Amino acid sequence: MNEWPLWEIFIRSQHGLAHKHVGSLHAPDAEMAIKNARDVYTRRNEGVSIWVVKSSEITATAPSEKQALFEPANSKVYRHPTFFPMPEEVKHI
Amino acid sequence: MTSDRLLFDYLLRLADSDLVLAQRLGEWVGHGPVLEEDIALTNIGLDLLGQARLWFAYASEVEARFAGAGRSEDALAFLRDSGGFRNLLLVEQPNGDYAVTMARQFYFDVWHKLLLAALTGSRDARIAEVAAKAQKEVAYHVERSADWVIRLGDGTAESHARMQTAVDDLWTYTGEMFASDEADDVLAGEGIASDLSALAAPWRATVESVLTEATLAVPTSLFMQRGGRRGVHTEHLGHMLTTMQHLQRSYPGAQW
Repeated sequence: MNEWPLWEIFIRSQHGLAHKHVGSLHAPDAEMAIKNARDVYTRRNEGVSIWVVKSSEITATAPSEKQALFEPANSKVYRHPTFFPMPEEVKHI
Repeated sequence: MTSDRLLFDYLLRLADSDLVLAQRLGEWVGHGPVLEEDIALTNIGLDLLGQARLWFAYASEVEARFAGAGRSEDALAFLRDSGGFRNLLLVEQPNGDYAVTMARQFYFDVWHKLLLAALTGSRDARIAEVAAKAQKEVAYHVERSADWVIRLGDGTAESHARMQTAVDDLWTYTGEMFASDEADDVLAGEGIASDLSALAAPWRATVESVLTEATLAVPTSLFMQRGGRRGVHTEHLGHMLTTMQHLQRSYPGAQW
């Protein structure tokens, strides 16, 4: 059974919220991956929708690229919208 | 027999098949072919155990009406001997390999789904209520077991051969699901139980269609075993109960 591919599981917990990665599991195909995800990850009423994606289909950033990709953003505080004076009357921002 | 006695016995038939199959599925804990299957199968076992509890709770209330006091769920589950159990012979059959477990589950699930659908129309409101709740769980059970019968049947030469052996070997225990006795007929006449013989044709249609998709031959044997529903069991039930009831028998009244 070791040849079963690995699947990444995404679950949407409530209407209106995005699917969130919850973990991975093995299954022979997508249909079975959905069923297994239902049994492994939604036993306590966690979800209303499940996505499964073959782990091998995911392209990820390499740890070695971390500096080039992410560090330049560190020094650009002006990208955070914290420099605008907010009118008193505006709530919840 | 008063109709409360008949109803009590009928509820045990419903509860015991659920309980015994739940125990069989529980035997797979830690032994499933893969982690995911292990969890899925025992989830189904827990669904069935939950359903058994609902039937036992009602059975206990009904027993109190004619016996003065009703036995607790625990007493009904753990302190009856095999002759007191009313489950189908099918569900007490040993797990065997995964093909046997799935064939047993598939035959039962298809029947269970049809039975519960019929019982949602019971004139006994409590039965209709429990059936409606259980029906949703069982709709998933049958989807899963049918899926596995097809995958193994239409899989490798080895899995095909094992699946064919499993559906053939268990076939003889399927006739009992549609054979009603006097108790069934009386309760069906009152609109409380369902007419079991009416489930046979739709059961066969589903089973034939799944087995055909699985490239398996539909068994043709006509000889059918009977007895579970009146307490006459195969040798396997007693052995299973010694394990299941061991704790309560050794330490009466023990609680978590």
